[in-house]
Amino acid sequence: MTVVQAKTVEDLAQAEARDYVWTLNFGPQHPATHTTLRLVLLLDGERVVDAIPDIGYLHSGFEKLGEHLNYNQYVTVTDRMNYISPLANNIAWHGAVEKLLGLEITPRCKYLRTILAELSRISDHLLCNGAVGIDVGAFTFFLYAFYQREVLYDIFETLCGARFTNSYTRVGGLMYDAGPLVVEKIRAFVRNFPRTLDDMDKLLNRNRIFVDRTKGVGVLSKHEAIARSATGPIARASGVTRDLRKDEPYLAYEDFDFQVCCATAGDCFARYLVRMAEMRESLKIVAQAIENLPAGGVNVGIDERTALPSKQQVYQTIEGTISHFELVMTNRGFVVPQEEVYDAIEAPNGELGFYLVGDGSDVAYRARCRPPSFIHFALFPHLIRGHTLSDVVAVLGSLNIIAAELDR
Amino acid sequence: MAIEVPENVVVSRLDALASWCRKNSLWPMPFATACCGIELMATGASRHDLARFGAEVLRFSPRQCDLMIVAGRVVMKMLPVLQRIWQQMHEPKWCISMGACASTGGVFDTYSVVQGIDRFLPVDMYTPGCPPRPEQLIQSIIDLQELIQREGTISGREFAARSRQQPKRALVELSVVTLPRGVSRLPQRVRVE
Amino acid sequence: MIDRQTTAAVSSEFPSLAWSEFRGQSRAVVPRDELLRVLKFLRDSRGFDLLVDITCVDYLNYRGAQDRFALVYLLSGTRTNERITLRVFVNEPEASVPSAVPLWEGANWMEREVWDMFGIRFEGHPDLRRILLPEEFTAHPLRKDYPLQGRGERHNFPVLRRAEG
Repeated sequence: MTVVQAKTVEDLAQAEARDYVWTLNFGPQHPATHTTLRLVLLLDGERVVDAIPDIGYLHSGFEKLGEHLNYNQYVTVTDRMNYISPLANNIAWHGAVEKLLGLEITPRCKYLRTILAELSRISDHLLCNGAVGIDVGAFTFFLYAFYQREVLYDIFETLCGARFTNSYTRVGGLMYDAGPLVVEKIRAFVRNFPRTLDDMDKLLNRNRIFVDRTKGVGVLSKHEAIARSATGPIARASGVTRDLRKDEPYLAYEDFDFQVCCATAGDCFARYLVRMAEMRESLKIVAQAIENLPAGGVNVGIDERTALPSKQQVYQTIEGTISHFELVMTNRGFVVPQEEVYDAIEAPNGELGFYLVGDGSDVAYRARCRPPSFIHFALFPHLIRGHTLSDVVAVLGSLNIIAAELDR
Repeated sequence: MAIEVPENVVVSRLDALASWCRKNSLWPMPFATACCGIELMATGASRHDLARFGAEVLRFSPRQCDLMIVAGRVVMKMLPVLQRIWQQMHEPKWCISMGACASTGGVFDTYSVVQGIDRFLPVDMYTPGCPPRPEQLIQSIIDLQELIQREGTISGREFAARSRQQPKRALVELSVVTLPRGVSRLPQRVRVE
Repeated sequence: MIDRQTTAAVSSEFPSLAWSEFRGQSRAVVPRDELLRVLKFLRDSRGFDLLVDITCVDYLNYRGAQDRFALVYLLSGTRTNERITLRVFVNEPEASVPSAVPLWEGANWMEREVWDMFGIRFEGHPDLRRILLPEEFTAHPLRKDYPLQGRGERHNFPVLRRAEG
């Protein structure tokens, strides 16, 4: 079998004329492409000789929008990036904005954001593994995962009113505080979820078909993972022990006891196992955080002039009135330094960072999102060479490519 | 003279019978692009079950489907693909535009998002929401079923009716209004009758 | 976060870099000709083996800007946990920099996106073509002189109606 380095479709045509290779168009409308991405596969029978990704079928101009919406409006757009775990995107965006402003958020806000980041990590991993399962043929696994995601949606809906695309964070705090009902629902989730995880483990971990389809498929070595800028569970499954929650702690992660899950094999099965293990660790963090939730407010104080003050303060104190006026009236807003900053969090998919350039007004001058899915999809041709057509689906699922984050 | 019709005899029109069959076995073609795709998957999952309404078979082949649910924003690179898939579906076919982005462009008034797929495709039902709750999508499918029952014909004549052929009224887009610095506002658009 | 020794070592090797710091993050302005040497030095000698991102900022409407574009390279070390931001200023008539693909394979798509969105060429890139927008698209949308709603490209398609009969 010859290895053909085909870079464009013209190369493909030449390669096709040369050997018994043929071209298969995979996508952009295909059940296993997880929405819109396209692969042009060069095949020798069933073996993949090369794969040329063609993306941009969901490019919506997010970064250009970031230059026209202010910091509190843009959080609605960040939801729509990695829409499987939208709260993680909100937390990343406002984390970057608060770093630019130099704001220190309240302890309760930190704990709540940590809890929500971990719950959205569980949600993301459930869907990713569920999608790998359904693409490989395990339909029941997918339904179990989706049922647990409905329970999480119920928690998010009680907290912020929307099932997903929550837009829950604001500059300097959160939209609403978490009441006792939400805390009770999270406690119930923490109690009941391990049972489902055990069921899901029993379905697939030692399932002969699943293991055969994913073990040894799409191997990514540690050196390649670093050279190709892979982060998150994909890098950790290849042996790169890098987790921003431990290496550069942000929010309240220093207060909790949890482990970083890594593997050495770097194949699809390792990525699946790393995600299952990370869900258990996330549940541990949520269990610790929900019991030790600090009291107090969720928004920063009135002196910072960034978060909306409470109605009592607005009507009864002069600082509250002035602050409310300054924030709500157009042509005012809060002061942002004319500087540039980069801030990243450990999103479920990898390192999600925002590079913000402020220019004094409350609209960002440049809002660049560093998208893990985009970086990881570039890995795909390297991983799939030499495998068969049926492995394309398994590898694509294990990379957790979200098209909206891929294209922005 | 009245004719006694026994209980086990049904009298109907062919059109009504055909519409009844078609509406209760709509096979959706999920054209899931973005976040609405996840709500579409959730509608098909176990809690809000779309299969109860006859839409059991979510096949991804346009040749086997008769209802295209466009869930999510459609960008200019994707629109020719959408049109080609629409053309590959057989008559009678219907289209549901799910979510704000497919109906009007949604939050994304940018250089690459098509501001409503009904500019380029005939749409029968619009579902508002960002994303619409699964219950809303189920309601729009029920409404589409009522539409099919009301207007359906056995030979598909209803699609040639004038009301189905109306193009979308044009919106005039003003050029960008320059505002003083620090004001974050997208330019206003004016509708021309 | 960066170690004092790292900044000292880098500035002794490359004295022409202009350092600054904001919110604990160190940034260095690198002249275009020294870019590849600086990147290689950081990767091989100082342990910055992970290329986090390559992006660009268009300073057309920025108060007090001297150059038009700034290419931003974000690097990080997996073992040292340090981060550094490098900025290279380029200007319009010949907006191009040498490509970082020989150093990191992951730079391939990042540079293609910068070309697509801003129009900055990367010399030595194996396959510089548009990645997110269609090939026929002519403008570079993230430049400040391109309007948010575009110039009509998004509605330039045939209309499908219902077939007769």
